[in-house]
Amino acid sequence: MSLPISLPIFMDNHSTTPVDPRVLETMIPYFTTHFGNAASRNHSFGWTAEAAVEHARAQVAALIGGDAKEIVFTSGATEADNLAIKGVASFYRKQGNHIITVETEHKAILDACKRLQREGFEITLLAPAKDGIVTPEQVVAAMTDKTILVSIMHANNEIGVVQDLAAIGAAIKARNPKCLFHSDAVQAAGKVPIDVEAMKLDLVSLTAHKMYGPKGVGCLWVRRKPRVRIDPIIDGGGHERGMRSGTLPVPLIVGFGKAAEVAKADLAEEAVRLRRLRDRLHAGLSKRLPETYVNGTMEHRLPGNLNISFAFVEGESLLMALKDVAVSSGSACTSASLEPSYVLRALGVGDELAHSSIRFGIGRFNTEEEVDYVIELAVKSVERLRELSPLWEMHLDGIDINSIQWAAH
Amino acid sequence: MAYSEKVIEHYENPHNVGTFDKTEDDVGTGLVGAPACGDVMRLQIKVQDGVITDARFKTFGCGSAIASSSLATEMIKGLTLEQAEKIKNTQLVEELNLPPVKIHCSVLAEDAIKAAIEDYRKKHAR
Repeated sequence: MSLPISLPIFMDNHSTTPVDPRVLETMIPYFTTHFGNAASRNHSFGWTAEAAVEHARAQVAALIGGDAKEIVFTSGATEADNLAIKGVASFYRKQGNHIITVETEHKAILDACKRLQREGFEITLLAPAKDGIVTPEQVVAAMTDKTILVSIMHANNEIGVVQDLAAIGAAIKARNPKCLFHSDAVQAAGKVPIDVEAMKLDLVSLTAHKMYGPKGVGCLWVRRKPRVRIDPIIDGGGHERGMRSGTLPVPLIVGFGKAAEVAKADLAEEAVRLRRLRDRLHAGLSKRLPETYVNGTMEHRLPGNLNISFAFVEGESLLMALKDVAVSSGSACTSASLEPSYVLRALGVGDELAHSSIRFGIGRFNTEEEVDYVIELAVKSVERLRELSPLWEMHLDGIDINSIQWAAH
Repeated sequence: MAYSEKVIEHYENPHNVGTFDKTEDDVGTGLVGAPACGDVMRLQIKVQDGVITDARFKTFGCGSAIASSSLATEMIKGLTLEQAEKIKNTQLVEELNLPPVKIHCSVLAEDAIKAAIEDYRKKHAR
């Protein structure tokens, strides 16, 4: 018996996720009954709010194997990334001015680094291999005596490639125990296990809305033993041990905590289910459609991610055909800049295949029936668009597209 | 991005999709754009006594590019070569309600018409 499908289908769970009903339920009282300011030390409204925040702190810390006292709540991961990069750069400036990160990082990391570069820091951007992986050897080879920070995302938001942080962390610390190691673990958290001790991490950025929690809250985990210092980027009342001032959004934090707890409890089982759905999607598409290419390694990858290029079909036109299915594309046409995905470019994926890429992000609420529906629709749509594509016709005629002198425009 | 109804109409039911034999004497073929830029249009015309009697296209590109080429083939049918080469991309922009970020699609369609006409003329200059 198959369940009825309701349209549209959301299969873009790397962009955001819906709030889990269990999470919402825990949040609601903190909007109304327990609305106190967690910084109010002199009445029960404040105490109740503070207790809830401390409970959430422990829940979030537990997801990554950290301590509750090491969590600094922020507005989200963009702020957490900025706080990590700029906060470390500012505090440790006297020790060195070199920061290492990767070409495929999120813009919150890349643009924060670019700003520091203008202020005199040296930034090394590592190029991942064709499969999206960065090796420990590569990281260590880029380190100098001036390197104060290495920032490497755990799982990539476009291609879902998961880096071996344990190996990278060990290599960094072997080269220089004082060099700090940060990871933007936004996409990985709750999907694959994270252990800040085993990975020798010093700072970790997280956000609630990628793990079925609310938008508008995230955190930076900052190691206390040995103590990692950061200069704040927001000044004010000295909240969060002086690292991030601003009244805490108690209901959001409560939701973040619950979301982390649920994700941790279900992680292993859910990973198996997601991987099965993802592999079903991949098999369904690649068996029936020739000339499809997965971007990034399938071996070290988020269980719910499939980033695939359908050659000779432009991504945005495919998104238009998949109008009842929310997915995203690395095509230039879907971005304001008209540049194709810089992540795919960093992997050496040709621009024409980058224009043809679609990112499927399968999540907690997707079903097998939905996956089957998406396969049918995608196969039908790609076939139709290939009928419309002069490049497909040339391909069938045995003409090498790359042998033609195209005029860039 | 939200598409105009006319773009969706042409995208879902494109007019004049197909291929003429480009070696035929009465056919002109224009191939413009580049795969790396995300759009390639091939527009073909069939010409009799200086009048475009039929047209075909195939396009690799976004919905607006497909719609622009579909509309372009409709517009040029029945026109003389001189009339067809005067078609401006702004006519396509207006007709399809293209947003600024999609204007390049209409430019490409205008280029495709011109390239097809040029190809036909080259054949007959020999």
